[in-house]
Amino acid sequence: MRFVDEYRDAEKARMLAAKIAALCEPGRHYKFMEVCGGHTHTIYKHGLEDYLPESVSLVHGPGCPVCVIPMGRVDDAIALAEQPDVIMTSFGDMMRVPGGRGSFFDSSAAGTDIRMVYSPLDALKIARQNPDKHVIFMAIGFETTAPSTAMTVLRAAAEGIENFSIFCNHVTIIPAIKAILDSPDLRLDGFIGPGHVSTVIGCRPYEFIASEYGKPLVTAGFEPLDILQSVYMLLQQLDEGRCDVENQYSRVVPWDGNTVALRAVGEVMELRPYFEWRGLGFISHSALQVKEKYAAFDAERQFTLPGVRVADPKACQCGEVLKGVLKPWECKVFGTACTPETPIGTCMVSSEGACAAYYNFGRFTRQRVREVTIEASRA
Amino acid sequence: MTHQDTTQQHRADWAEAAVAEHADENAAGYSAHSAAGTEHASREQLVLERIDRARRARPRVREKLITLAHGAGGKATQSLIEAIFLDAFRNPLLEPLEDAATVTAGDVQLAFTTDSYVVSPLFFPGGNIGDLAVNGTVNDLAVSGARPAHLSAGFILEEGFPVDDLRRIVASMAAAATAAGVSIVTGDTKVVQRGKGDGCYINTAGVGLITGGLNLGVATARPGDVVIVSGPVGDHGITIMLERGELDLEADLVSDTAPVHELVQGLLDAVGPEVRAMRDATRGGVATILNEVATAAGVAVVVEEEAVPVRPEVRGACELLGIDPLYVACEGRIVVIVDPGAADAAVAALRAHPLGAGATMVGRVAEDPPGLVLLKTGFGGTRIIDLLVGDPLPRIC
Repeated sequence: MRFVDEYRDAEKARMLAAKIAALCEPGRHYKFMEVCGGHTHTIYKHGLEDYLPESVSLVHGPGCPVCVIPMGRVDDAIALAEQPDVIMTSFGDMMRVPGGRGSFFDSSAAGTDIRMVYSPLDALKIARQNPDKHVIFMAIGFETTAPSTAMTVLRAAAEGIENFSIFCNHVTIIPAIKAILDSPDLRLDGFIGPGHVSTVIGCRPYEFIASEYGKPLVTAGFEPLDILQSVYMLLQQLDEGRCDVENQYSRVVPWDGNTVALRAVGEVMELRPYFEWRGLGFISHSALQVKEKYAAFDAERQFTLPGVRVADPKACQCGEVLKGVLKPWECKVFGTACTPETPIGTCMVSSEGACAAYYNFGRFTRQRVREVTIEASRA
Repeated sequence: MTHQDTTQQHRADWAEAAVAEHADENAAGYSAHSAAGTEHASREQLVLERIDRARRARPRVREKLITLAHGAGGKATQSLIEAIFLDAFRNPLLEPLEDAATVTAGDVQLAFTTDSYVVSPLFFPGGNIGDLAVNGTVNDLAVSGARPAHLSAGFILEEGFPVDDLRRIVASMAAAATAAGVSIVTGDTKVVQRGKGDGCYINTAGVGLITGGLNLGVATARPGDVVIVSGPVGDHGITIMLERGELDLEADLVSDTAPVHELVQGLLDAVGPEVRAMRDATRGGVATILNEVATAAGVAVVVEEEAVPVRPEVRGACELLGIDPLYVACEGRIVVIVDPGAADAAVAALRAHPLGAGATMVGRVAEDPPGLVLLKTGFGGTRIIDLLVGDPLPRIC
C-alpha cells in the first residue's frame, strides 16, 4: 500500500537500527519521551523496541486524548446524556472510559441514547435528522481535533441549527509538556514531538523546550520508520552537542502550522483558566472552552452540570504513568485490578494509552520472546 | 485556596472495590519504589506472572447490565459464557466450548450446533442475513469434522417488515441450503411489535454426521504444528462496515459468505488424521481463534504478519479505521492447525477448491510462552495478539 509500506520497511529499519547503535555512547543511558499516544501505539503495534539498543528507552508521555479525561468529566457527560430528549455522541474511544459511576457503555445499557461517531460533522448530521432532540458532541482531543470541532460549530451556526451543542474537553499540549519538564522526578534526554498536533500548531511552539529547558525535540510521523528516524535524529543532536527543534514529519507538518485551522479554533474557543487532567491534576490555561459568542452551542452553558470531582483510587498511578515516571507494568494495579476489560485508569482504555498498549501488545519480556520467534522461524 | 479545594470531591466506589479485591495479589507482587535499583527484567517477570495468575482466575461478570461488549466475541463474551451459561449448564459435552458439540445417538456420532443472526444491514454485497444464517451453521458443523445434514430455522420478525424482503431472505436460505446439501427440516416464527426488533432476526441450528473418527479440537495443538488460513481475511466485516455507509468510504468488496463443507472435505480426504483442529473465523476473526488454540492447548502461536493474506481494500479500510484485519470477521474462511509433516499437502488440498485458492501458511505453534499469540510484524518487531476487548463493529453477523 503506497504511503504506508515504504515507512514499514524492515530492511531500512535494520540499517537505521545499526546507525542508532553506533551513535550511543558506551555506558550512557538515553531516555526519550514520545509525547503522543499515537506514537506509543505505533511503537507497540510494530514491536519497534526490538530495534533499539538496551541503552535507549522510550518513555510514554501524556498525549493520549482519552487518557487525560478525569472521571468527573465523564460523570458530567453522562449527566448530560441523561437529560430528557438528548442524544449524546462521542468518538468510539470514549465509550469505555470509566467515570465515578461507570462508562458511556454502562449508561447506554441503562437506557440513555449515546451514539458513536467518526467525526463531529456526523453528530451535526444526527442533529439535522432529529429536530425534536438535542444532540451533544463530546469533544475531546488536543489541537489535532479541536479545529474539526470548531468548524462544526461554525457550520451549525451558519446553518442556524438550534438543537446541537458540544461538551468541550479539548486540551492543549504545551502546558502538559511544561508540567512534565517541571516535574522533579523525571530525567529526559529529549522529546519525540507529537506529529498530528504539529500539523495544526506547527513546530514553533516547542522552541522553548530547546532554548529554556535544554532538551532537543524532533517532531515525528506515525509510521515505525518515522519514529526510528526521530530517535536517530535526537541521538545525532546529542552527539553533535546540539539542542534544536527539528521536523522529521515535514511531509505533513509545516513549520508554522495550519493557520486556517488555528483561526477557526480561535474564533470559536478560548483558553480556560484551568482544567483538571487525569492523574496530573489541575493545570492552568491547559484546555479550551467555547466563547460567549457561541454560547448557544456550548452544552456547559445550555445545561447544568454536576461538576463533581472524582478522586482516583490511591493505588491508581495514572499520573506517574502519564508523566513517564513509571513504566505501565510498574503501576500497582496493572493487569490485576486494572485490565482492558475492567479499566480503572484511562491509560488502560484507549488503544493509545501506554498501559493498554503494553498490556495488549507488549506483555512479555523481550529477551524470552526473541528466542521463541527465532526458533519458530527456523523450525 | 486552590481550585481543588473549591470543588466538591467524590470517590469512585467501584474502582476502590476493584483495587481492594486484588489487594493480596498486589502486595504479593512488588512495590515499585522499594524495589528500585533491582534488576529490571526479573521485576517485570514478576509482574507478568502476577498478571498471568489474574488472567487464569475464574471469569466473572461484574456488570449489572448487558452491554454491547458482551456480544462482541472478545473477552466480555467469553466471561459471560463461562460465568453465566457454562456455570449453569455445565456438562462434559458443553465444556470444550467448540463450534459444535459432539453427541452420540446409539452408535452414530453427531455434531450439533446453533447460531443466531442479527446482522445490520440485512442485505449487503455478496449476500444477506439468509445465506449467512445457513452458511454459518453449515460451517460450524463442517469444521467440527461433520457432514452437515439438517437445519432448523427460527424467525423473529418485526411488525411492519416487508414480506418481499422476507421472500428474498428465504429464497437465499433455500439456495444456500441446496448448495450446502442440507435440508431445513423444522422451524419457528414469532412476530414482535414495531420497535421491539430490527426487521428480521434468524436463528439456525444444525446437525451433521461425524464419520471420520477424527479427534479434532483446539486443545490438541502441539508445538511445531503449522497454522493455515484458507484465504484473504476480513472481507465480510469490512463489507458490512462499508455498506452501513457511515464512513463515506467505497470499495469494490463483497462478503466472503460461503459454505466450507466441500473445502473441509477435500482437506480431510487428503490429510485427515494429521489435522488437529479447524475453525471458521467469524466474529472476532483469526486472532480470536488463535487465542483459543493458545489457551486450550497451553501453547504459544507465532504468526508472521506478512504471511497473512489480506486484500488491499480491506487493509486500506483497516488502516483508516485503526483496526487490525486479524480481528475482522470472515464468513467463509477457515483456520487449520495441522501436523508440520502434512502442511504442504494440506495447503495443496485447500488450494484445489475455489474457496481455498488463497490458502497459505501463516504461522506455527510453539512451546513458549504458553497461552500467548505472538505476531512477528512486517516491520520486524514482535508483539502480542490478545483477545479483543470492546467491539469495533457490532452486529456483523
